[in-house]
Amino acid sequence: MRDMGNNTELVKRMRRKTLRGNLLNYVIVLGAYAILQTMVMTGNISSLLKGLLVPLCVYVIAALSLNLVVGISGELSLGHAGFMCVGAYSSAFFSNAVGTALPDILRFILAIFVGAAVAGLFGILIGIPVLRLKGDYLAIVTLAFGEIIKNLLNVLYAGIDSNGLHFSTKSAMDLGMEPTGRQIIKGALGISGTPKNSTFTVGIILILITLMVVQNLINSRAGRAIMSTRDNRIAAESIGIPVTKYKLLAFSISASLAGCAGVLYAHNLATLNTKKFDYNTSILILVFVVLGGIGNLTGSIIAAVILTALPEMLRFLNNYRMLIYAIVLIVIMLFNWAPAALDMRSRLRSRIFKNRGSGNGKEEEQNGNA
Amino acid sequence: MSFLTYLKDGISLGSVYAIIALGYTMVYGIAKMLNFAHGDVIMVGAYVVLMLLTKAGVPGILAVLIAMAVCTVLGITIEKVAYRPLRKASSPLAVLITAIGVSYLLQNIALLLFGADGKTFVDVIKLPSLSFGDGALIISGTTIVTILACIIIMVCLTLFVNKTRQGHAMQAVSEDKDAAQLMGVNVNGTISLTFAIGSALAAIAGVLLCSAYPIVTPYTGAMPGIKAFVAAVFGGIGSIPGAMIGGILLGVIEILSKAYISSQVADAIVFGVLIVVLLVKPTGLFGRNIQEKV
Repeated sequence: MRDMGNNTELVKRMRRKTLRGNLLNYVIVLGAYAILQTMVMTGNISSLLKGLLVPLCVYVIAALSLNLVVGISGELSLGHAGFMCVGAYSSAFFSNAVGTALPDILRFILAIFVGAAVAGLFGILIGIPVLRLKGDYLAIVTLAFGEIIKNLLNVLYAGIDSNGLHFSTKSAMDLGMEPTGRQIIKGALGISGTPKNSTFTVGIILILITLMVVQNLINSRAGRAIMSTRDNRIAAESIGIPVTKYKLLAFSISASLAGCAGVLYAHNLATLNTKKFDYNTSILILVFVVLGGIGNLTGSIIAAVILTALPEMLRFLNNYRMLIYAIVLIVIMLFNWAPAALDMRSRLRSRIFKNRGSGNGKEEEQNGNA
Repeated sequence: MSFLTYLKDGISLGSVYAIIALGYTMVYGIAKMLNFAHGDVIMVGAYVVLMLLTKAGVPGILAVLIAMAVCTVLGITIEKVAYRPLRKASSPLAVLITAIGVSYLLQNIALLLFGADGKTFVDVIKLPSLSFGDGALIISGTTIVTILACIIIMVCLTLFVNKTRQGHAMQAVSEDKDAAQLMGVNVNGTISLTFAIGSALAAIAGVLLCSAYPIVTPYTGAMPGIKAFVAAVFGGIGSIPGAMIGGILLGVIEILSKAYISSQVADAIVFGVLIVVLLVKPTGLFGRNIQEKV
């Protein structure tokens, strides 16, 4: 920023604009929380919507964290559900292993840290080899890692007894536990009996924390370095930015936040298995990010909420609901991204607001993020 | 079961992957997009053949030809309606998400028409099986047809791409769309043709896949589609022999790990091998390494 001395006014204005944009996200989340929580308190909420509140938070966090990789770092990741899975399993294992030895609140907070830390660690481990690749190759390898994680967790057995923890990849019998030991991870059956600590309030707090982490990262020196590697890898490298380091930073933070989403998910259900974390979920999260606008956090939040709620809202259509969902998805994509549709929209807009001309903000924003 | 039997099963499954991967790789080479709906075109092809055989009593060969025609039309329509408007979109992700939407659409149409329950596939290929070494190795008619089909398709495609005008047009479009257009190549037509060929191959793959694993559900194509995509990347995406070899290797690795290690982690091993290959050779086995110029 030092060399922009002449443009201090501009910089100030830009900062104010980012600040306003950042605050807007908090306001949206808190506003939604206030409305929904009032509805819950006064009992004006359908049981369907009530059951959706925590999953909504899970998907919002997942979408925000993926946006860090796809939007800010510019890499296509198709294995995000894998990190959610790691976070969910490690935290559920932790909660079950600790049991009633710690008070509920403390245990849950620690579980969140465990989930985030383990997922973040996996992010680093996977990121180191993967981030050498580019574009679609990176996408397919992240997809592969997601499937590998899911597959390996499917054959993992773990239990605890007075001697400590036991792990096996064959069967529950091979754990070699004492008869009093408790089996926690049961292979493909997953983990059952996880305490249901996730609430809407916790979900909202985690969303706010995620927002804070992501927004502060974007507006920091590191964030600008990450975006420079996205916009032009070679140029960034030539001015001495360690590209791999910054990409790894974004990737592991994103993995860790996805782990948080997994923790929230795991502590919302009585049984946890890997079925929910296949590539379809990764793709679903990617759909939120792209539909909301790549690199646009507010968009991610709104898209995640609408697209998670939409299939439930369309329940009255019975068998047709996923069909409608698919058609809506295609139509929105065409409407939002096809150059012809964008042209038509800007022409319509310039006809309605005559003095604004055809160059509208949304289009510029999308071109800027390409 | 002996090693040879597993190897045969692997090559047979791999041949199916190879045929699907050829469709993937051609579309990627030309349109530079991952056509996630490709796997679901396989499923459509399988259902069409199944319906023609059970409901209409059409002879097998004719049913396969009709399925190829249906899938060809489907592929061209998908490209025209869903992908073409987004070809010049500012982000390549837009068309990827649309392809996912198309994939959901096809799956859900099938779900509405045929229900979620698996339907048993009928025998399309009625050939006697070959037996070697007093029944130590039995190769079924389906396997023979699958492997032969794969070889024939690869040879024909290679000849087509390298020897015909249309094939040259494809190469030109995949190299540089704008330059190809300036040279008088019909870019839209060439891309349509690519989708047509890919989808027709998907129909064949659907029949072969369901002859070997005779249950059809709306999700039949999804996992083989992903695996074939992995095979295409494995061999170097955009390369025809690469897709073929990648597919067969993938099938063999999958069956052998199911047989000798564990059926539960077979997929993990397949994906693990892919990762190792990509880390050693980041553009796949036969991929071209394009140096970025400043």
